[in-house]
Formats: sequence, C-alpha cells, structure tokens
Amino acid sequence: MQVLGIDVLFKGINMQRFLEGLWVSMRISLISVLISIFLGLLVGALMTRRNPVIKIFTRIYLEIVRIMPQMVLLFLVFFGSTRVLGINIDAEISAIIVFSFWGTAEMADLVRSALISIPKHQYESAAALGLTERDTYVHIVIPQTIRRLIPTSINLITRMIKTTSLVMLIGVVEVLKVGQQIIEANRDTSPNAAFGVYLTVFILYFMACWPISMFAKYLERKWN
Amino acid sequence: MMNKVVKKLTAFGLVAVAALGLMACGSANAASGDSESGSSASNNGYRTLDEIKEDGTINIGVFSDKAPFGYVDENGEYTGYDVYFANRLAEDLGVDVNFVSTEAASRVEYLQTGKVDIILANFTVTDERAEQVDFALPYMNVALGVVSHEDNVITDLDQIGEDDQVIVISGTTAETYLTENYPEIQLQKFDTYAAAKSAFENGTGVAWANDNTEVIAFANENEGYTVGIESLGDTDTIAAAVTKGNDTLLQWINEEIESLASENFFHKDYEETLLDTYGADYEETLVVEGGKVAE
Repeated sequence: MQVLGIDVLFKGINMQRFLEGLWVSMRISLISVLISIFLGLLVGALMTRRNPVIKIFTRIYLEIVRIMPQMVLLFLVFFGSTRVLGINIDAEISAIIVFSFWGTAEMADLVRSALISIPKHQYESAAALGLTERDTYVHIVIPQTIRRLIPTSINLITRMIKTTSLVMLIGVVEVLKVGQQIIEANRDTSPNAAFGVYLTVFILYFMACWPISMFAKYLERKWN
Repeated sequence: MMNKVVKKLTAFGLVAVAALGLMACGSANAASGDSESGSSASNNGYRTLDEIKEDGTINIGVFSDKAPFGYVDENGEYTGYDVYFANRLAEDLGVDVNFVSTEAASRVEYLQTGKVDIILANFTVTDERAEQVDFALPYMNVALGVVSHEDNVITDLDQIGEDDQVIVISGTTAETYLTENYPEIQLQKFDTYAAAKSAFENGTGVAWANDNTEVIAFANENEGYTVGIESLGDTDTIAAAVTKGNDTLLQWINEEIESLASENFFHKDYEETLLDTYGADYEETLVVEGGKVAE
C-alpha cells in the first residue's frame, strides 16, 4: 500500500476532501451544462436562419469561443470584470459564466448541424401531407434532431466536466487541486503518493461521467 | 403560428448572443487596459486597514500545494511557513482569515484587482514585481545552492573541472546565473525536477545547482549528498505583498514584523514548519527576523 501511495488517501479527512472537490467540479459543470443546453438550442435554431446579420453575429461568437483558450476566458471574466467594470464576480460564478459561454457556442453548433442534417425532402413530404409548419417541427424535425444530438452533446458534457480542472487557476479548489494538495503535503512521507492520488482522481471523474454516458445509451436505445 | 414562435425564439436568442458578445468585448478591453487605469478607476482597488477591521475578515492569498511554505494538511487546514505568519497577522489584527488558494502566475493579478488583501505565497521580491505591487519587509532569504556527492564535495565553483558537468533545470534562476557568470562550466539541462534528480543520482553530474531551499531539502531527504555551497550569487528575499498604494495595510504589516522580532517569531515559525524539511543547520541562512537581512 505504501508503495502505491494509497495510504495517504485515508489520512485525516482526505477522502472527504476529494468528494467535496468532486462536488465543486460537478456543481460548476452541471449548472453550466444546463444553461448551455437551453441557450444552445435557441442559438442553434438561430444559426439555421438565413438572416445575414444573425449569421455574422453567431459566426463571430463561435469563432471567439473556438480561438480563445478557456483559461484566458476565465482570467478575463474573473479579473477583467473587476479591472474594467469594478464589479467583483465570485470565482465559481465566473467559472459558470465562462463554461456556459463556451458550452452554448459548441452546443449551438451541434444543434445547427443536427437541424440541417434533416433532409429537405422530409419537410417537403410533410408539407405535401398537409402538415402545418408547426406540426412538421414537433412531429418530424425535432424528434430526429434530438436523437442525433444525444451522442455529440454527451461528448461535450463530459468534456466540460473534465475541463473544470482549469478553475483552480482562479482559486477554486476542485477535485484535481485537492489531489495536488495531497501529493504535496505528503512529499516527504509518501513520495509515491502521486500514483494513488491520480488513480483516485481518475475513478472520481469516471464515477461522474459514466452515469451520463449510460443515460445517453439508454435514451438512444429507447428511441430506436 | 410557427413564424411567431420562431420570431420570439429569434429575439430571445439574439438578446442572449448580444449579452454574451458584450461580455466578450468587455473582457477584450480588460486585456488591453493597462494596470494604471485599473487601480485609478475606483477606490475599491484595495481595502484599507480600517475597512478590513470593520469587515472582520482578511483575505490572504497563499499557496495550497507548496509544502512546506503553504499547503493543506490531511485535515483540510492550511499550514506552512507562510500560513503560520498569515494566521498571526489575522490574530493581531483581530479579524478572521479567509485563505485564497493562488497559483504563482496569478499572484500579482489577485492584488491588482483587490481580490485578496495580502499575498503570502513564497513571493520573491524583484524590481519588476515591485512596480506592480508593494512589498512589505522580508521574512525569508532565498539564494542559489549547489549540492554535490559526499565523496566529492564542491564548496567553490572553481573546483569544477573542464570535463565535469553541472546539472540544472531549464528555465530556473540557476541556469541563468551560471550561464551568465560562469560560461566555462558545462551545464547539463533537464526539463523537470524528476529528470534532473535521477540524472544526479546516477552520477551524471558532479553537482546540481538549484534554489537553495530545493537542494537543502534534497540533501536532507537523500543519503550521501552534501550542500557544499549554501548561498550563491545574489540573495533574494521573500516578503508579503499588498496592492500598490495600500499604505495603511503595508505600514501595519511592517510595524508588526518589527515588533515580532522581540519574540523571535520567524525563528519559531521555522522551527514549527520548516525544521523537518531543512534541519536546524539552515535556520540562520533562511530566516529573516524583524525585516533585517543580515549582510
């Protein structure tokens, strides 16, 4: 046990600290995911409009998110808001703003691609059958779109959960930071603690992401 | 019917995008705005001594993973040489302390935006940093050190022969210092601490140059090595820092450091937090008492 550095996990309240760290990660990512899904659906629907102004606007937004590293965005929101606007945004709220800003853009792009993947002839057939535009969307387009969205958005969600490790840079102590703290605190007594600690971090992230994957699988099977 | 729904959605979506867009623009300004405009923009850039007392809580930025200076123990409590001092400051000020976990790269930013009142995170005093923050009196020394094998102790860099190699970690002050001042010494450079360590243990180099705290800790933890040179080149100091212009707080910290000398506070701090890592021999080398650096 000593060799693998497992012993440090059971020192003091270390296990509880890990779980608290995981809760912080999950809280930030899940709130951001909910906001991103909601706004992403709206923005994604917008992106399929032919209006050139909307097109330019959403295009710039998407490019900003793609080009800017999330770390830079975190610094800009957390420190920039205080410097420029003089308002003090809590670190966790800053993280949620950044992750929602990022998630919305990616989600919107997924929604857009799912929407345009519905072949044109389906719209035409629906019209030929006498369905109104509303019925076409409710009964034909939206169900298929959601089904196509499941695998890609699950990918995004798990990516968002894992990327929350960046929030340690603005002082939020999440699961990975707890791990680093434990490794450093035991540098003298258990030099091999890194193995056990990172194994634990891996298991915790797995525990967080696995149920989401399973749920997606269940939905896919149910709808097929 | 559908058109109305779409229009409403469109309107809502546009507002959302505009809001996010605005946020991005605001942020972009932040990047270009220089530090001066930031601090003069509002008086809230920092909290004065009285404002902190009134609030009842002081925010102190410390490292949470740099043992033994600032780290979190197995009970989730902040501890270490810096934290010991931070707790004393809060106690004598009569306020609670809220520790903020900081990273090396964001220490200046935390002070400039007033998100912490004091940084106590192994902060080395440099001229460049002194333009951005105000340093209090020092409480620790840091210099370069050289560790060598016990059977061939290097006490002077002149002992290093033409064919001998000295190990350094790339990007450290040790590398810069040796390259500038001893260009004739052959350096063997490694990217990580672990790689340098195993190379040195395998006898690749006759000596290893690094921050003296690092080499002292290495010699204490591993058998068969001696720190032949404890202090090389310029000695830097480590000090607390406050937001530029926060004179009331700075003055109070300086007075506090001076008065704590009467009880040998930093020696006690060393014995409580650093003794296990560095041993008693280096107490006088590392500790600065009362803000006075021994010449």
